[in-house]
Amino acid sequence: MFMQAFLDIFDIYLLEAVINGILLGGVLALLALGLNLIFGVIDVTWICYAELVMIGMYGMYFMVQYFGINYFIAAPLTILLVAMLGAALHYLVIAPLLNAPPINQLLATGGVLFVLQSFATVAFGIDFRNLGIRLPVLAFGDMNFSYARLLSFLAALVGMVAVYLFMTRTFTGTAIRAISQDRQIMALMGVDTKRIYLITSAIGGGLAGLAACLLVLQYDVHPFVGLSFGPITFLICVLGGLGNFIGGFIAAFVFAEIISLGGLFSDLEWGYVLAFAFFIVMMFIRPAGLLSRRR
Amino acid sequence: MLELRGVNAGYGTFQALFDVALDVKAGEAVGVIGPNGAGKTTLMRVISGLIRPSRGAIKMEGIDVVATPAHKIVSLGIAHVPENRRLFPQLTVDDNLKMGAFMKEARDHYAERLEVVFDLFPRLKERRHQMAGTMSGGEQQMCAIGRALMSNPKLLLLDEPSAGLAPVVVQQVFELVKRIRASGLTVLIVEQNVQQVLKVVDRAYLIEAGTIRASGTSAEMLASDTVKEAYLGV
Repeated sequence: MFMQAFLDIFDIYLLEAVINGILLGGVLALLALGLNLIFGVIDVTWICYAELVMIGMYGMYFMVQYFGINYFIAAPLTILLVAMLGAALHYLVIAPLLNAPPINQLLATGGVLFVLQSFATVAFGIDFRNLGIRLPVLAFGDMNFSYARLLSFLAALVGMVAVYLFMTRTFTGTAIRAISQDRQIMALMGVDTKRIYLITSAIGGGLAGLAACLLVLQYDVHPFVGLSFGPITFLICVLGGLGNFIGGFIAAFVFAEIISLGGLFSDLEWGYVLAFAFFIVMMFIRPAGLLSRRR
Repeated sequence: MLELRGVNAGYGTFQALFDVALDVKAGEAVGVIGPNGAGKTTLMRVISGLIRPSRGAIKMEGIDVVATPAHKIVSLGIAHVPENRRLFPQLTVDDNLKMGAFMKEARDHYAERLEVVFDLFPRLKERRHQMAGTMSGGEQQMCAIGRALMSNPKLLLLDEPSAGLAPVVVQQVFELVKRIRASGLTVLIVEQNVQQVLKVVDRAYLIEAGTIRASGTSAEMLASDTVKEAYLGV
């Protein structure tokens, strides 16, 4: 009875939108964490980050639909696959350009974006594909929540906690945090920076892989699907302050709420328009990110 | 223990060291003195592998340091406390010390080493959860030395440990160096504070414009006219 009274205070749809925003924020925060990790540690921006997610989604699609592998077995395989892809991206593209001007690194990863898109178009065609798994909708009072979103949110949270524990509890994780503060003296600690970069890239890839496993439950996969969440991930990272993990985490939920609530008052597309407009305004007010100190 | 022969080193086209020969025997404390820009820091860096020599040989207990990858040199038993401490300012004291024990051999003895370092610097134990960058200069120097000791080195390289510290703290740092010496560690120390450092070390080298100009026991150096005139202001 108490619950009902509590719910009556709010407009049910508003509350539903708020909760959906939080659920969406989880996956966005996961993507932002991966991108921030790469930026913060290696000091390069993977423009093609969302395209790694796209490849992961195709991986899931083929494993589940084509080879009939169970979702929960396919998911770790996909995470591993995209982690290896991330390491390969670092080894083949970033490592040779580590001392190049940032614009060259940006252009190179931009090139990888088009390569991956074109590869997907040629190899898989432009059809929209989906897993064909339809998860039930959860009714809670008068509100409906997609089970897929709930699962995604929880899995994203678990993924982020796992990364947090790795970064704070292990020697390698501590080295990953240290390297972004002073890379020159890492050799004095006995740390091989090249190896740490490779591990970081694999973790960044792994997070993209996890995001792929979750997004494929909700969205169809096609070669340009990266465009649906690539730009928004960048805005989140920039709004949170590039390389700032906590800022990115908060910004992900801010954006998700704007999209979700904006979508409540009109179409979902308007939610995105609002989010981008909000970003532009924030860039004037806080160009260095949400959590930056005022100078 | 450590042996440098005919070492040339520099940055790009700028040469900072010319034909440097230097020895440190096990159990010794050796000082390197000289003016600003004489190549003292370069000397330390070339030993720990932060820069590589363009010519010459460096041996640690007979092992070729020049042929060892930079990140493996610490495993030879060389720990370097760099100029300006170079702590990770936004990591806690604990995490900074953890980084000092990163290499495999040290990682296996992490807990023991941590106890040794906390025994030597009880202050660090009190501050273990504090961000290293928020501590005082003296505490940061303790943390930097502690971090180097985490790898259980045989040879400790100290680059200007007294730089930028208040006079009282400088005194404490030199006391510390004495204690570290007493624990049986071999020390090579670079200092501008000539008077102080000659009280702590057994021998010293005078380096000027990248060349070793003089060397001798502390007493000899204190008595030497060159050192007296230029560095002791007598």
